[in-house]
Amino acid sequence: MKPKPNDVILHTVTKIASIIIFTFSIDLFWAGHHYPGGGFIGGLTTGAGIVLLYLTFDIETIKKNLPIDYKKMAAFGVLLSVLTGAGSMVFGGAFLEQAFGYFNIPIFGRTELATAVLFDVGVALAVIGTAITIISSISEDRM
Amino acid sequence: MSFLHFIILVPFIAAFLVPFIYKKWNVKVHTGWFVFFIPLFIFINLLRKLPKVSNGETIFSSMPWIPMLGINFDIYMDGLALMFALIISGIGSLVVIYSIFYMSKEREALHNFYIYLLMFMGAMLGVVLSDNILVLYAFWELTSVSSFLLIAYWYERKGSRYGALKAMLITVFGGFAMLAGLIMLTMATDTYSLREMIGNVSLIRDSTLFIPAMVLLLLGAFTKSAQFPFSIWLPDAMEAPTPVSAYLHSATMVKAGLYLIARMTPIFSGSAVWFWIVSGIGIITLIYGSVRAVRQTDLKALLAFSTISQLGLIMSLLGVGSAALHFGIANQQEVYAGAIFAALFHLFNHSTFKGALFMVVGIIDHEAGTRDIRRLGGLMSIMPITFSIALIGSFSMAGLPPFNGFLSKEMFFTGMLNASQVNVFGLEFLTIAFPVIAWIASVFTFIYCLVLVMRPFLGSFHPEKLPKEKVHEAPAGMLVPPVILASLVVLIFFFPNVLAKYILNPALVSVIPSMSLDQTAVEIKAWHGWNMELFMTLGVVAAGLLLFLSIRKWNLAFRFYPEKLSLNYLYNAGLEKMEQKSVSMTNRYMTGSIRHYLIYIFVFLSAVLAASIILFDAAAFNFSDDAPISIYDAGILAALVIAALTTLLTNNRITAIVSLGAVGYLVVMLFVILRAPDLALTQMVVETATTALFLLCFYHLPKLGKRLEKIKFKLMNLLVSISVGIVVTILTLTASGHKLFQPITSFFENAYELAGAKNIVNAILVDFRGFDTMLEISVLLIAGIGVFTLIKLESKGSDIDETKTE
Repeated sequence: MKPKPNDVILHTVTKIASIIIFTFSIDLFWAGHHYPGGGFIGGLTTGAGIVLLYLTFDIETIKKNLPIDYKKMAAFGVLLSVLTGAGSMVFGGAFLEQAFGYFNIPIFGRTELATAVLFDVGVALAVIGTAITIISSISEDRM
Repeated sequence: MSFLHFIILVPFIAAFLVPFIYKKWNVKVHTGWFVFFIPLFIFINLLRKLPKVSNGETIFSSMPWIPMLGINFDIYMDGLALMFALIISGIGSLVVIYSIFYMSKEREALHNFYIYLLMFMGAMLGVVLSDNILVLYAFWELTSVSSFLLIAYWYERKGSRYGALKAMLITVFGGFAMLAGLIMLTMATDTYSLREMIGNVSLIRDSTLFIPAMVLLLLGAFTKSAQFPFSIWLPDAMEAPTPVSAYLHSATMVKAGLYLIARMTPIFSGSAVWFWIVSGIGIITLIYGSVRAVRQTDLKALLAFSTISQLGLIMSLLGVGSAALHFGIANQQEVYAGAIFAALFHLFNHSTFKGALFMVVGIIDHEAGTRDIRRLGGLMSIMPITFSIALIGSFSMAGLPPFNGFLSKEMFFTGMLNASQVNVFGLEFLTIAFPVIAWIASVFTFIYCLVLVMRPFLGSFHPEKLPKEKVHEAPAGMLVPPVILASLVVLIFFFPNVLAKYILNPALVSVIPSMSLDQTAVEIKAWHGWNMELFMTLGVVAAGLLLFLSIRKWNLAFRFYPEKLSLNYLYNAGLEKMEQKSVSMTNRYMTGSIRHYLIYIFVFLSAVLAASIILFDAAAFNFSDDAPISIYDAGILAALVIAALTTLLTNNRITAIVSLGAVGYLVVMLFVILRAPDLALTQMVVETATTALFLLCFYHLPKLGKRLEKIKFKLMNLLVSISVGIVVTILTLTASGHKLFQPITSFFENAYELAGAKNIVNAILVDFRGFDTMLEISVLLIAGIGVFTLIKLESKGSDIDETKTE
């Protein structure tokens, strides 16, 4: 058995950095409606964060702690996007027609709620799922 | 959407429900009992339209599908369409009952079977009821697809797969030809509607596309109806379960070609080419099928060749009857219309007696375990009812009274005798061949009908040759459908004029629009006096009996026929050669080296772009609107160039990866300076992810040593990369140099009002162009799954070679 390499600095930095990255990616996702950001970028940032975890700790550890099937996540994301598109048809709109409105919600005050966010969640999930699927299957490949 | 649309769609809707029904009730209740109500429902509802249509009325209803292109789901029901629809749903109901007893609910994948069957039923109804040619074409191909699935139903058998593929290749080839023909008709008449085309016949007649369109359409019809030389797929299609053979490959689908010919008769007939091709191919098929049928030892193969032969008979009648629409013989119109009438009559009769015969063969196969006539014999006493049905069916097919085949066979002889008088199409000396060939073919038909009755049912019973221990009569449910068909065979003989009045005459008017219902009132009589036709029938019986008794002597003569001249050999050899050639062609450029593929892509890209830029004289440069280049821009650009060159020239892979990353991040900086934060963010994250990916693969990649490629290869790469660079630069400069269109910015500027978003880019992504995004993430998912399957499943599947397991 090979001795474990001593990556104390990398481990410690990653533990903190990944929290920052994930927080930032969520912020990017929510900012998307009015400021630079959105589902695609938010998803990719999250994906990059997970890849960083993969690089720092080994794949088995991450799989144990983040038991997510990324293929299913990607499929679910695409499904969600298509369904939100179809959802507008239920209300007599065209396919993929999005709606938004302003509501008064406690704590947040006057807030805009848009169906496009749901669509964007689908995009984000599809991006994270696909990116991790590709990267993890390439890295696990034994030549 | 009208009720008729609903009728076409019912089978498809039912097909969706079948899996659930199967899952819930299978083994307890045979799924077929549920399916049975679908064709029955359709049949009853179509019968209700019968009084209206038999009065000469037609029903039209439209449903917009792609109205912008003039493609609508239009339904047009006239006599011809109704006749076919009744056959489809009527035989369909009987076949489903039959299949309930034929297909074991314990062993068979019934849900698959009934889904395919319902799919076929709906498609076939669509073919005969559609007025729009593109809708017709779509349904036409769907019948080919469902036929493929049904033939390959027992897909673990090699023969099934071979037969299915053969049927698919031949009928789809014909289908494509037909599509081209239909489009040509549209080019001539500027409409997609069959009715309007028939209304504008003169436009088609004067068009230069008349002959090409006709030939292409005929290819479609001939392949579908298994006409010579495309007939080879039908015998192999007999690998399908017998209910399928009875339904698709004798009663309905193979008649789609005849339907098309009948439908197109008002457009094309009257021309000599049409007359000669349709009647000529028909009569060749007739004799080819009947001669081949005599030699078969498998009962189903015998029936397959007999079907080919009978289809040829109907085809030749349609060809001869097309003379009715020629102006030169307007006074004799009714004489030739008689041939069309005979065609429709025989088509209907064939569906009854051949359906019954297929079911009989299915019963023999089911109860005795074999269809080989060399092993069968003496079944008469064991299966008396089956024997009676077989007798009725075969004698009807042979053209004997008192069965419906006799009536239509006599009319067929009349038609062929009239054909010998046709003198308006040239080649008069050939017309005499029609009655002669028709007679010879009928003799062979008589012989194989005798074989069909005598060999399995008479003679001595040899239980030791049969795979099954106890041979007994089929269960009642299996006998009911063929008994119904057999009684129809007899009933039509005694009351032919009822059928003529309600179904055949209205159908005849659809084929020959210039006739009215009163003119078509032909009385069908069994007894015409001692005329030529009767003598021909008597001659057939006499010669047929003689030849049947001496069959062992002359049958040997066929052995000398060389195998290499057979159509099947041609098909197999052609397919094999085609595969070999494609493989060697593909191997020549698919080298497996990514470098080669990249060269193809880049050479193609730069060649196409450069050619179009030169051809349209598109290059235009306009620097007047350009923003001034700041010191930052220049600095970043210089760094970009240095980083790119480092990537190219370094001998260390780590350096290459890092410098490539530097290129990406420098572009990010450029985006920031040019105030495109969304782009910059995306580029940055993508760059990070790619670099991470590179680092993951880094371990597997070979070392970048001294590059030892030949000078020639290096020069080639240099040339390609320089030309791509030049072309793309020119293209980019030209794109900003031209102002051909209104900028679309104004549309997105009010994103906040329309989409409630202050970020235009995001509004475009999720709202304005949401459809693009949806498809993009779908592509992303597909790519991800592709990578996953390529890597994960590669080693498992490679050692299983399907072809070698047989």
